[in-house]
Amino acid sequence: MDTEIKDFTALSKNLKKSFVGFKKTRLAILADSASQFIIRAIKGTGIEYGFNYEIYEADYDQIDRQIFDSGSDLYAFKPEYLLILRSSEKLIKLFYQQTNVARVVFAEQQIEYTNRIFEKVQNQIKCKIIINSFPETNDAVFGNFSGKTDLSFPYQVKKLNLGLMTEAQKKGNLFLLQIDSLISRIGSITGFDPKMYITGDMVYSLDLLPYLAKNVHDIIQAIGGNFKKCLILDLDNTTWGGIIGDDGMEGIQIGDLGIGKAFTELQLWILELKKRGIILAVCSKNSEEIAKEPFEKHPDMKLHLDDIAVFVANWENKVDNIRYIQSVLNIGFDSMVFLDDSPFEREIVKMAIPEITVPSLPEDPAEYLIYLRSLNLFETASFTDEDEHRTVQYQEETQRNNVQKSFIDEASFLKSLEMTSEVKAFNGFSIPRIAQLTQRSNQFNLRTIRYTEEDVKMIADSDQYLTLSFNLKDKFGDYGLIACVILKVMENKTLFLDTWIMSCRVLKRGMEVFTLQAIILLASQKGYQHLIGEYIPTRKNAIVLDHYKNLGFSLIGENQWQLNLDTYRGEQTVYIK
Amino acid sequence: MDSDKILEEIQEIFRDILDQQNLVIHPETNADEVEDWDSLNHIQLVVAIEKHFKMRFTSKEIQSWKNVGEMIICIKEKMV
Repeated sequence: MDTEIKDFTALSKNLKKSFVGFKKTRLAILADSASQFIIRAIKGTGIEYGFNYEIYEADYDQIDRQIFDSGSDLYAFKPEYLLILRSSEKLIKLFYQQTNVARVVFAEQQIEYTNRIFEKVQNQIKCKIIINSFPETNDAVFGNFSGKTDLSFPYQVKKLNLGLMTEAQKKGNLFLLQIDSLISRIGSITGFDPKMYITGDMVYSLDLLPYLAKNVHDIIQAIGGNFKKCLILDLDNTTWGGIIGDDGMEGIQIGDLGIGKAFTELQLWILELKKRGIILAVCSKNSEEIAKEPFEKHPDMKLHLDDIAVFVANWENKVDNIRYIQSVLNIGFDSMVFLDDSPFEREIVKMAIPEITVPSLPEDPAEYLIYLRSLNLFETASFTDEDEHRTVQYQEETQRNNVQKSFIDEASFLKSLEMTSEVKAFNGFSIPRIAQLTQRSNQFNLRTIRYTEEDVKMIADSDQYLTLSFNLKDKFGDYGLIACVILKVMENKTLFLDTWIMSCRVLKRGMEVFTLQAIILLASQKGYQHLIGEYIPTRKNAIVLDHYKNLGFSLIGENQWQLNLDTYRGEQTVYIK
Repeated sequence: MDSDKILEEIQEIFRDILDQQNLVIHPETNADEVEDWDSLNHIQLVVAIEKHFKMRFTSKEIQSWKNVGEMIICIKEKMV
């Protein structure tokens, strides 16, 4: 997939294309400025990436009416996502109406207003709410002195933006569209067109809109479980300047040598991505030994071998090597990004694997980083402590794979792993990770229902649900929290398996059977007699097609399965304690 | 640049923005005669013409044009 961001005209033209069969998403947009072009841009962006946004657009400047009237069209529309766009232009007018006493607490009052909106919407419908940060217009009333008085608009708007971030950190269903960062990147002179504002009350220029729309799309996709998990790096002239095979260790440009600074800064950024949970892989046409040397010995390298989960350097073609990396990591191609300076290699990879994202890196390495940042490739909807350790976990997996080869039968291999699992109901510590599992897992996911932290917290607190989370450890390392189950209480002593998710890293460990046994134990302790499971097919979860069948459930309807506790035999052996 | 050449170039812009490859415009053509030339698309057209000729129109100018011909006169004046 290309990363080029289409201009507004191209996005508008997309609206005339057919989007039959595209995944539908219901999005409501409320704005205090004219929103026709914003909607065009979002719809056009969706079509560009194969998504059909069904958009409800309220009449102009109707935020309060739509939100605080329980019978409004907004609530009748039942959106999955609500985008509320407020402009700095309206905000500044409101600010100017305030007395000095009120100006001092303007930001707090605006945050309180945002909270009222949030609470009202959440009480009415369970949708995710996206609000924007405000472009930080300096109205030049106080000049640079504006920072030295809390009576200035620049001070209050900055405080407001910070306050909105704090609220978003507290509220699982509240997401922030950082319009002020978009503006600070392209500048308010390019991002705002006075003529469009005066004649049409539009507060974002046609140059800004494709980026704004892309970021809205990115947020929605990340919440829906579509985001990047892995970055694959070419080496020569991508990770460092020059060619290691020709220039040697001392000759490659990194650190102070030549244009090395560009590569050093790119590496620092990539290292941050790794800390955030992005898995790094290397795919290079080189001899392995030569390619690894800088990672081991070069004093200016920021990336080291233990930062790389899968290192592939050989003379095979890159398409095959990327396919190999995909098979080791067991994630979708659509969650991978491939960085390579050579337009030729990029084309071949894009042609062979259309799902993978391949940025068209600028010719000058000095521009790599600023270009990559502008693409917002690594949007995410969650971050937990476990993300930082993901690379180590994949490296441990490689060790396990190597050990497995030395065993003849699977049972003795599993026994040798010395696996232990901790089973718990959801709690404050596990809720963020569980929400993330519901968002990230695509393959071992029976119903693919996505939950935010807020949702999971509600489920954990409700007496209508029983919950179980599973950790797994073995002698090679700690997988962390790798499975979760949400059971919904039904009539007739029945529990419905609302959610059953497992990380693909623990496939073929007998974890499914262990999980079922834990479910049965809990169910019988609480006096339930039946379990009902459902399989909802998606493009990615075919591996659990026969999940319930394999566990001894009986088919009772299309993709509906039942297990009666009194007939469960539990014949399958598990090697997990 | 003479008026005919300007007309030719803005015709290309009209075709692109309104997504009508066979559209033909004349100096007398006005918004009522062209499908999809509404106030919203007018903004898009103006922004595209500004970019193409590397010039900026005032808000007043944009609102004063009655037809393509007046647009061309305005562009020509700014080229001097």
